[in-house]
Amino acid sequence: MGEVKVVGAIPSPYCYRIEWALKHKGITYEYVEEDLRNKSPLLLEYNPVYKKVPVLLHGGNPVTESLVILEYIDETWKEKPILPEDPYERAMARFWAKFADEKCLFSIITAFLSQGKEQEQAIESSLEALKTLDAELEGKKFFGGETIGLVDIVAGWIPHWLPAYEEVAGIKLFDAHRFPSLDEWAKNFNEVLVIKENLPPRDKMMTVYHGMRKNMVSSAASK
Amino acid sequence: MAESVVLLGFWASPYALRVPIALAEKGVEFEYKEQDLSSKSTLLLQSNPIHKKVPVLIHNERPICESLIIVQYIDEVWTDGSSLMPKDPYQRANARFWADYIDKKVIGTSARIWKSKGEAKETAKKEFIECLKLLEGELGDKPYFGGDTFGFVDVAFSAYCCWFYSLEIEGNFKMEEECPKLMEWVKRCMERESVSKALPDQHKIYDYLGHLKKRLGLE
Repeated sequence: MGEVKVVGAIPSPYCYRIEWALKHKGITYEYVEEDLRNKSPLLLEYNPVYKKVPVLLHGGNPVTESLVILEYIDETWKEKPILPEDPYERAMARFWAKFADEKCLFSIITAFLSQGKEQEQAIESSLEALKTLDAELEGKKFFGGETIGLVDIVAGWIPHWLPAYEEVAGIKLFDAHRFPSLDEWAKNFNEVLVIKENLPPRDKMMTVYHGMRKNMVSSAASK
Repeated sequence: MAESVVLLGFWASPYALRVPIALAEKGVEFEYKEQDLSSKSTLLLQSNPIHKKVPVLIHNERPICESLIIVQYIDEVWTDGSSLMPKDPYQRANARFWADYIDKKVIGTSARIWKSKGEAKETAKKEFIECLKLLEGELGDKPYFGGDTFGFVDVAFSAYCCWFYSLEIEGNFKMEEECPKLMEWVKRCMERESVSKALPDQHKIYDYLGHLKKRLGLE
C-alpha cells in the first residue's frame, strides 16, 4: 500500500485533523514539519495549486485539501469509519463539516485577524455559526453519535484553538451558557485519547498567533 | 413507497445547474421548482434554513443542500449505470480536489471579471485564464475530466459553460484562443443531452447578467 507521511505546520488546525483521523484508525505515519515562511521545494511540488499544508503522502502520492484528505483516509483505511454508511447521513456529515469550516472557522479566523468594523461583522457571523453548531449537537455526545466522526474532527479546533484566537485578538466568542451543547461536546472531545495526546503546545500557538495578528495590524496601519 | 425527487433551483445558477445534469446522467425523474431568489419561498427557507440558497434536493421529503454534496448523494443513491465518481480512492480524492477548486477559485475569480472595472477587471481576467489553463492541464488528452466517462468534475464544471459567453464579452477575451482543448471539452459536454437540456441559452445568461449588474449598481 505504501508508506504514509503527513506534511504539516504546527499549530495549523487543518493539519491536526489529518493526524487525528490517522491515529483514530491506528495508521502509522511519519510527520514532516514544514516552515511556512520558507516553503520547501517538495511542498511546492506536492501542492502546486495552493502551496499549502496539510499534504498527505501515500506511497509518494500527494493528497491535498484537508476535507479531501479526510475522505481519502476514510475510503482507504476502512477500520473505525468517520463517515456513516447511509448516503443521506453522509450528506449531512459533509454538510456540517463544510459549515464548521467555511462558516464557523472562517468567521472566527477573520475576527481574529481583523479590527474595527470588519472584526465586528466577523464576530457577529462567528456567534451565529457557533449557535447553529450548538443547535445541531443537541442531545448527542458527538456530532458523529457515540464516537467521533468527520464533523467532530473538522470542528475539533473549537476546544483548543478558539480560546487561543480569542486571547490573541482580545475578543470573547465562546460562552458555556450560550452554547451549552457545544461546551459539553468540547469537554468530551478533548478527553478522546487520540485528541488529548495530539494537541499543539499552547505557548507555540500564542507565539504564532500573536505574530500573525501583529503582522495584520501593522500592514493595515501602513495602508 | 413511491419515490419523490424535488429540486429547488434557479435557472442561471452554475451551482444549481449541476443537479439536473447529475440527475439526467442517472436517468432519475424529478420535479423541478424554479425559485425566486429575490422573494424566497417558504419551502426553500424550510428546506435550507442555514444558507437559504439553491440548489436543494428534496428526496422523499428529506432535503440535501450544497451542490457538490447533492451530486455525491445522487451518485451514491442511484447506483444503476455508470458512476460519476471513480472507484479508486486516490482518483476520487483527485476528483474532489478539482471540483472543490472550481468552487473555491474558478467561479469566484470569474465573477470578479464582471463585478469590477479597469485594472481590477484585467487582473480578474488574467487570474481566470490561469485557472482555465490549470484545468486544461488536468484534463490533458482525456475526453472528460472523468477519463472516458463523464464524471464528477465534468458535472461540476459543465454547469458553468452557459456563462462562458458572458465572461468572454465582459473580459474581452476568447476562450478558444486561451484554452482550445478546454473548448473542445465544452463542445463534447454540450453534445450530451444531460447538459444541453439542463443549460439555458448563453444569450439569456448575458441578458440576465445585464439586469443583475443594473440591480447591483454596476453599470
